[in-house]
Amino acid sequence: MATRTSVPGPAPRAVAAGRYAQAVRFTVLLVIAVVFLLPMYMLLVTGFKPFSEATADQAWLLPQTWTVDNWITVWGELSPALWNSVRVVVPSSIISAVLGSLNGYVLAKWRFPYADLVFTLFLFGMFIPYQAVMIPLQQMLVSANLMGGVFPLVLAHVVYGIPICTLIFRNFYAAIPDGIVEAGRVDGAGILRTYAWIILPVSAPAFAVTLIWQFTSAWNDFLFAVFLTGPSSWPVTVQLNNIAGSGSAAVPYNEQMAGALLASLPTLVIYLLLGRYFMRGLMAGALKG
Amino acid sequence: MRRARTWLPGLLLVSPSIILIGVFVYGMIGWNFQLALSDKHKPIQDGAFVGLANFIDLWSEPRWTNAVGNAIVFTVVFVGGALVLGWLLGLLLDKGIKGEAALRTIYLAPMAVSFIATGLVWRWLMNPAPAERATGLNALFANLGLDSLVNDWWTSPDFGMAAMGLPAIWQLSGYIMALFLAGFRGVPEDLREAARVDGCSEWQVYWKVVIPQLRPVLLSAVIILGHMSLKVFDLIIAVAGKQIITDVPAIFMFDMVFEVRDPAKGATIASYMLLAVAAVVIPYLIWTIRKERSEGR
Repeated sequence: MATRTSVPGPAPRAVAAGRYAQAVRFTVLLVIAVVFLLPMYMLLVTGFKPFSEATADQAWLLPQTWTVDNWITVWGELSPALWNSVRVVVPSSIISAVLGSLNGYVLAKWRFPYADLVFTLFLFGMFIPYQAVMIPLQQMLVSANLMGGVFPLVLAHVVYGIPICTLIFRNFYAAIPDGIVEAGRVDGAGILRTYAWIILPVSAPAFAVTLIWQFTSAWNDFLFAVFLTGPSSWPVTVQLNNIAGSGSAAVPYNEQMAGALLASLPTLVIYLLLGRYFMRGLMAGALKG
Repeated sequence: MRRARTWLPGLLLVSPSIILIGVFVYGMIGWNFQLALSDKHKPIQDGAFVGLANFIDLWSEPRWTNAVGNAIVFTVVFVGGALVLGWLLGLLLDKGIKGEAALRTIYLAPMAVSFIATGLVWRWLMNPAPAERATGLNALFANLGLDSLVNDWWTSPDFGMAAMGLPAIWQLSGYIMALFLAGFRGVPEDLREAARVDGCSEWQVYWKVVIPQLRPVLLSAVIILGHMSLKVFDLIIAVAGKQIITDVPAIFMFDMVFEVRDPAKGATIASYMLLAVAAVVIPYLIWTIRKERSEGR
């Protein structure tokens, strides 16, 4: 932060102390960053090693021979699951974002009696442990004969995505001046026309945040997937966990690491390219802090 | 009250979501409680109402008390660790520093990846094998001559759950950093300046002006980490699989549903998880909405 010009400049000694403090801060931050990168480093180098090098004594070394064989092997094992993930994540993100947008619009600009209570009840849905709905949800889907395929998972991500999407859109629309909506009303525009002509055209940033947020959380979900899908519709998290087995000594770690990286690429790429929107989704999860 | 014509269209537009949330959140929670209050201990049996019997019986099971104890240890380590590290990172970044954007990107990246994928990496890193068979962190410590740090990680009966907190801290402390950084930078410069004019040192400005302003951020962070911690599942599955040593309520519940096939017991465990989360989240939600309303929103 820039020093204000109205305040007399600090004495030379204070400047030196400031530089020293800055160097210490930078060093500490750098050391923590290196520690944070260790798992990433491990993931990357092990994924490119042949099996003969994925051993204890070479664990931290760079590969002597770089290979993409692991990638080819795990692609064969993961590609159907990756496709399932896409088939779940794309429709569920879009549907929950659209519902969130409508809810957010009404809760911010077209309030009805007890709107606060409804909003609070929605928000609680954001925090519930999904274990508390899991058994009934599964039973209901079984008795309605809706199990199988990716439908149960799409349904779950749509429904349980509504709270966070509503929250993001409501806070976004709250910043739009009420006067604009009122003017539309006075001119006789109904709720949908006001939405289509005034609200929707400015909603792109909020859609970006919700779509990215929903995409990431649905892609990374594991709990709903193990409860609600069968082998033919397993998304990539479940398939990845199956490939890795449960801790036997003979598991080829090089392939596991390649698989973990492959399964994480979509969300990592989104984070690196669109981190700004990813961040805003994160902050929305903290309500208004 | 305004006339219905002005608010009814809004209610209609939200009604699909109200129905979905009503059925799939509150309806399912009610159904789950009903199951937990029954003796439906086999999937094909019709359950009869038995009151709180399941809720009481659970406490006489060693596996349950062990799982609860583990969840508490994990929560203390994970929530405490992520808060301290996240707060420290936020504090160090607050005044801006060379390469800030790159540093923030690094700290936040783990957030983007699933617990399953990071769990696999940490399983390799926290491989308990000693000395020459060591992989991961044990190998690193041995190479660096830090043999005293070589340990059993999550397989240790004493510190296993504490070790399990490390990947979770790694994954979430960047998020906490972001919350605190936003909080730090949200403190008006006027306030800091006023304190400086009053003769406070930079250090005092932080302790007396900035940090007291961060209580709401701290509360949000505790709620978010706490509710995640109480339902930890994927991370443990990926690192340890289903081992008694790292058993937690979510794993216990999963076993009851899929292995033992005892719906009533699974529902009872799920109900306890919900009650634990509700106990921290509901007061927080009420407080937030009230605060928002008093600020005239």
